[in-house]
Amino acid sequence: MTEQYLPVLLMILIAALTAGLILALNALLGPKQKHRKDFPSKRTPFECGSDLLQDNNRRVSIRFYLIALLFVLFDLEAILLYPWAITGRSLGTIGYIEILIFLFFLMVAFVFAYRRKALDWR
Amino acid sequence: MQSTILGINIVYFWTYFFVAGAIFIFMFMMGAVMSWSERKQSAQLQDRIGANRAAIPLPFGKKLALWGFINNLADAIKCLIKEDFRPQAYDKLMYNLAIFFAFIPAVLAVAVVPFAGVVKPAEFFQAWYLKWIPWLPEYFAANLPDFSFRVQVANLNVGLLFIFAIGGLNVFGSILAGWSSNNKFSMMGGLRAASQMISYEISMGMSLLGIIFIYQHIDLWGLVQAQSDLAWGWLPKWGIFLQPLAFFLFIAAAVAENKRMPFDLPEAESEIISGYFLEYSGFKMLLFMFAEFIEIVFVAIMLTTLFFGGFSVPWLMADGFHFPWGSYVPLSHASVVILQIISFQLKVFFFCWLLQQLRWSLPRFRYDQVMDLGWKILLPLSIVNLIITIIIVALGGF
Repeated sequence: MTEQYLPVLLMILIAALTAGLILALNALLGPKQKHRKDFPSKRTPFECGSDLLQDNNRRVSIRFYLIALLFVLFDLEAILLYPWAITGRSLGTIGYIEILIFLFFLMVAFVFAYRRKALDWR
Repeated sequence: MQSTILGINIVYFWTYFFVAGAIFIFMFMMGAVMSWSERKQSAQLQDRIGANRAAIPLPFGKKLALWGFINNLADAIKCLIKEDFRPQAYDKLMYNLAIFFAFIPAVLAVAVVPFAGVVKPAEFFQAWYLKWIPWLPEYFAANLPDFSFRVQVANLNVGLLFIFAIGGLNVFGSILAGWSSNNKFSMMGGLRAASQMISYEISMGMSLLGIIFIYQHIDLWGLVQAQSDLAWGWLPKWGIFLQPLAFFLFIAAAVAENKRMPFDLPEAESEIISGYFLEYSGFKMLLFMFAEFIEIVFVAIMLTTLFFGGFSVPWLMADGFHFPWGSYVPLSHASVVILQIISFQLKVFFFCWLLQQLRWSLPRFRYDQVMDLGWKILLPLSIVNLIITIIIVALGGF
């Protein structure tokens, strides 16, 4: 177990150290923010050249929540299909028929969502 | 007896470290090569010359421009000495963490991909063109005669699932960057990235089910081994021959996952300036760009490994070429390994070129078209592909 996942940890460490080192070097070598007090608007988010008209800290309507829900459902189906796909051939004819029935119902659910316009981007 | 680190033989530990470091450096260098080829290839397509001005002065009035490659070096140095600009972010921790979330998964996902076959150091260094290396051949032959390792960072049995898990982490980088930057354009970019990711993740997973089902493997090592078998004695069993539809579905879904050109709405310059990494500057911005280039290389690696036999060379066995017309060319172990590495790299370079070409030839989709393509075309097609595969296998094909 350790031997299997240790290289992954090594890879994470190498990548994180490289990124961190580069960012630290950038902070060290670049010019410092001398004018922080003199030009306070430098650090503010920009819109179209003018000062901010509204606060950015507003709630955004996430219109794709329906798609997000469908994503969870279809992803669960995919998760169920993975273990089947690895062992599928050893299950024989009955296994094939069962998974075809499962996929049929998956398609029924998909067509239902399609016809109810749940997949349309509005 | 040799000493150990964390319960692992010290030579094994350093081998893992060497392989992980080499593959990391390969990915990092490929990111640089991609940012160079992006400029040069777009220049070729648009009938320009491209980056060629930055150069290292050499004696006698000569300049070392390396076909514009020095421009990349100049870019890196320029970004390194820019001001470390810190905007008024909502959340400073998340603002800085987003860079790591974008960069680390891009590099990490490659950990389960085999870059070449089994290497036996004791045998490897016996090749006539490697005998000049001091100390190493004698050391391995004397101390570890049957030590072997795979040119793969980690041989995990979950394989593809690891890639999907790590690839899914990637989107946190975009969402966190977009949300914490305190800018409306960034926020929009982050939201677009989120909705695009959840739309294409399923098609991407579903399109690969056929591959997993045919080869009965989910670890990439097993998949590559299975693809190096021959059908009818001459055709390598590459994924492209057995699952041609899945190849096109996967390439579309993967490009969309990477937010590349036909699908680059999360960072569409003409609409939302540069999307989720708008408030990042200097090397922070460059790391986001780098992560994106590395992801393209990773898509090329996935296409190579899953559909084009990974490192396998047609008809190359562990002891040399066995051609279908009966001739046999014996090769030493080192030659086989080097050929495998070259074959893998060539395939990856080809797909990098193809993805760049796609990026510069296709116009951008409208947003509803992106969502429709993911949900209404790719998803049903990938399920149909799986059903057809099951029926063909059930009827005795493959």
